[in-house]
Amino acid sequence: MTEMTRIVKTIANILFPFTMIFGLYIITHGHLTPGGGFQGGAVIASGCALLLVTYGSRWVLTRIKEKRLAAFESMGAIGFITIALLGIVFSMVFFGNFLAGSNLLFGNVPATGSTLADLNTGGVLPLMNFAVGVKVIAGLFVIILIMSYASSIKEWGQ
Amino acid sequence: MDKRMVAAVLAFTIVTVFFFFSIFLIHPFGEPGQVRMDDRIIENTQNESASNNGVTSVVFDYRGFDTLGEATILFSAVAGVIMIFRRVKE
Repeated sequence: MTEMTRIVKTIANILFPFTMIFGLYIITHGHLTPGGGFQGGAVIASGCALLLVTYGSRWVLTRIKEKRLAAFESMGAIGFITIALLGIVFSMVFFGNFLAGSNLLFGNVPATGSTLADLNTGGVLPLMNFAVGVKVIAGLFVIILIMSYASSIKEWGQ
Repeated sequence: MDKRMVAAVLAFTIVTVFFFFSIFLIHPFGEPGQVRMDDRIIENTQNESASNNGVTSVVFDYRGFDTLGEATILFSAVAGVIMIFRRVKE
């Protein structure tokens, strides 16, 4: 896939930071507003796909290798499993929410009913949102990147 | 009319009959049938999982195994794509 025209590049350069901010907002506020790790990760992967369409897969592959993205994807999966296993250690249940109600990180408990949003609530939910977000960003982007690069090879299949 | 045409019409009729049965037998809109689990989660999600977003607390806390399965599916999809589109050394 080759590069696109200067118009497309300019628009993509303008839109890319806003896409990143919106996706990170959806991931970090996953326990307060609609959305979460999967949705925000899909938004950020769409922004990376915009770069991929605009600049071509070879340009992107000079910036980041697919093995590094695959390592990020595995790190997200390992973090998710680790948090779920820590639930066994601290609250005797797989996927137990051991941080909820404690006064540690994300430890506040909101009042029942319609309350103001407090970012410091949710227990392990924000951590799991972050792990799944990293996993979905890297996973979707490495799928798009590798398929795009494979379709750009001229002598594909001899 | 050959046999394949008969089979296609028969299959279409059966699927249509079951489709309309399931449409007319469904509960009316806005009145779910079994609400005990819904009410319990809606009432207790802010105490138990300390989250204002009930959907996230269901996805990551009450039904964590389902999310684990989704993550496994994504992981295997990525592994399969990397394996299929790998660069073969010649």
